[in-house]
Amino acid sequence: MTTLSRADVEHVAHLARLGLTEDELTLLTAQLDHILEQYAVLSQVPTDDIAPTAQTIELENILREDLPGPSLSVDEALAGAPERSGDWFAVPAILAPTTDPR
Amino acid sequence: MSPPGLTRLHAYEMAAHLRAGDVSARELAEAHLDRIEREGGALNAWFSADPEGALAAADHADERFDSARRAGAEGVGGILPALLGIPIAIKDLVLQKGRPATAGSRILEGFVSPYDAHIVERLTESGAVIVGRTNMDEFAMGSSTEFCAWGPVANPWDLGRVPGGSSGGSAAAVAAYQVPLAIGTDTGGSIRQPAALTGTVGLKPTYGRVSRYGIVAFASSLDQIGPFGRDVRDAALLLGVIAGRDERDSTSGPLAVPDYLGQLSADDGEAAASLRGVRLGLPRQYFVAGMEAGVEARVREAVSALVDAGAEVVDVDLPHTDYGLATYYIVAPAEASANLARYDGVRFGRHDDAGSVLGDYLATRGAGFGAEVKRRIMLGTYALSAGYYDAYYLKAQKVRTLIKADFDRAFQQVDALVAPTSPTVAFPFGARLTDPVAMYLSDACTLPVNMAGLPGLSVPCGLSDGLPVGLQFIGAAWDEARLFRLGRAYEAITASADWRAVEPTDLALLADPSTPTPAERIRRAA
Repeated sequence: MTTLSRADVEHVAHLARLGLTEDELTLLTAQLDHILEQYAVLSQVPTDDIAPTAQTIELENILREDLPGPSLSVDEALAGAPERSGDWFAVPAILAPTTDPR
Repeated sequence: MSPPGLTRLHAYEMAAHLRAGDVSARELAEAHLDRIEREGGALNAWFSADPEGALAAADHADERFDSARRAGAEGVGGILPALLGIPIAIKDLVLQKGRPATAGSRILEGFVSPYDAHIVERLTESGAVIVGRTNMDEFAMGSSTEFCAWGPVANPWDLGRVPGGSSGGSAAAVAAYQVPLAIGTDTGGSIRQPAALTGTVGLKPTYGRVSRYGIVAFASSLDQIGPFGRDVRDAALLLGVIAGRDERDSTSGPLAVPDYLGQLSADDGEAAASLRGVRLGLPRQYFVAGMEAGVEARVREAVSALVDAGAEVVDVDLPHTDYGLATYYIVAPAEASANLARYDGVRFGRHDDAGSVLGDYLATRGAGFGAEVKRRIMLGTYALSAGYYDAYYLKAQKVRTLIKADFDRAFQQVDALVAPTSPTVAFPFGARLTDPVAMYLSDACTLPVNMAGLPGLSVPCGLSDGLPVGLQFIGAAWDEARLFRLGRAYEAITASADWRAVEPTDLALLADPSTPTPAERIRRAA
């Protein structure tokens, strides 16, 4: 099908939000290419008229009443947070601060 | 009974002794905890043991036995739940409120579960004594338990070899008599393949048979939870406790759960007689290239034994089997790449600081995930990315339809399929680490079953070069009860076989304090 370039691997790593070292990128470029070669066999299978299968057991439209019930407290939900600010998960600012907050 | 003797019992035998009052739940818990304490290091099967929680559960069970006994014999027989006082291990991806769950990954280091998984609720209601959590390949991605952040797990049949994976800790612990029952998960073979490689019994139930609420997700259209035991009756006992509808997992099936154990005869003659008139299919394509001669020989001998006992065995074709590997290694990584997006270093688990939101993601995930998990996330992200979705993911889903159709056609002709579980016996540490594709081939005979959502049972069927070989029974959806009957019948017709008396070869080494851990052994060999 396709041969992966190192730039492709860097792009995919960015999409996956994986910080990879130079060595990892080199190794993965070779390994992913080898694995993708195994996928090539699928092109031998005619599938034009075949519907895709996403799940195998025919359970559809499982509905239930939307009833309130007990759930985790804020403290329980935040207990594992690496950083917390009041009742919130804390992350670095994504917008640059301005001199005048108004 | 002596403590070592207690650990040799099957769980249903322990249940009978507990009811008879000639052994206590505390004695059982202590016997197993002692074994884990003394012999755990050489196997590295355990992420953690929980003596305090286990002894408290055991004491609670003993109080219930005592009060039932005071209420008269009927109380002991009927009302008490099936696993009351029975030690069990759970794989380290099952959430237990207030306890760590790492799924074998550094990215979950320090994580403490805020709630119990459905199966933990079920096990607790049933009175089970959870003695600890078992090691696994990181996020269940692997076939050898070498991809575990807490070190590889050894096989008690040969401490220089892998126990299979990803539920290798559960399988090794059961094989080494450190616990009679264990929970595993199976996405492409992660219960059946380690069961085969350790000489234990393992079942991957039908997709939807057991609720996955509270289990760390790998590939959501494939993952299932299932039991390990040292015989078929124990696996049946455990499935009966954990199976059934749970509205918190909308993929769990709203079907009645049969009395699996109740259908299995304790009498070998009666169990064997159930083979008469059974029609089994032998899928030609499962004798794959790369299958070891000794494995094929044991499986064909097992098939002959089934025929001699009255089963009819016919060849069947599952023509798309050869495409299973490629299909699986597109679908599973694609789903994994989505599921593992949640490890963002913001809400729980590890966090590495790099001064910006994007930088933090890259640093946390780059440092937190191991090599195989990164490989799968990359594969899955690639297969789902713009321009490649149709060629890979959609194509794989279409071929998945054909794989399932092969099974549907087969089950119009036969009651169940009989096949090898793994193409090889347990392999040495490191043998498949440098070639991911070689590792992936370990699951060639199991992963098509997951692709079709079907149940599969692996039972030991003899030894090849002194290492266990697994026989796989594959059933139609929801037909676990039939697989258990077949597995039990196979046990019955081979009850006096010489290989059944052979214990795991390196069992004695486990108790020797000079025996190195698997990680030390690998370092010394390098």
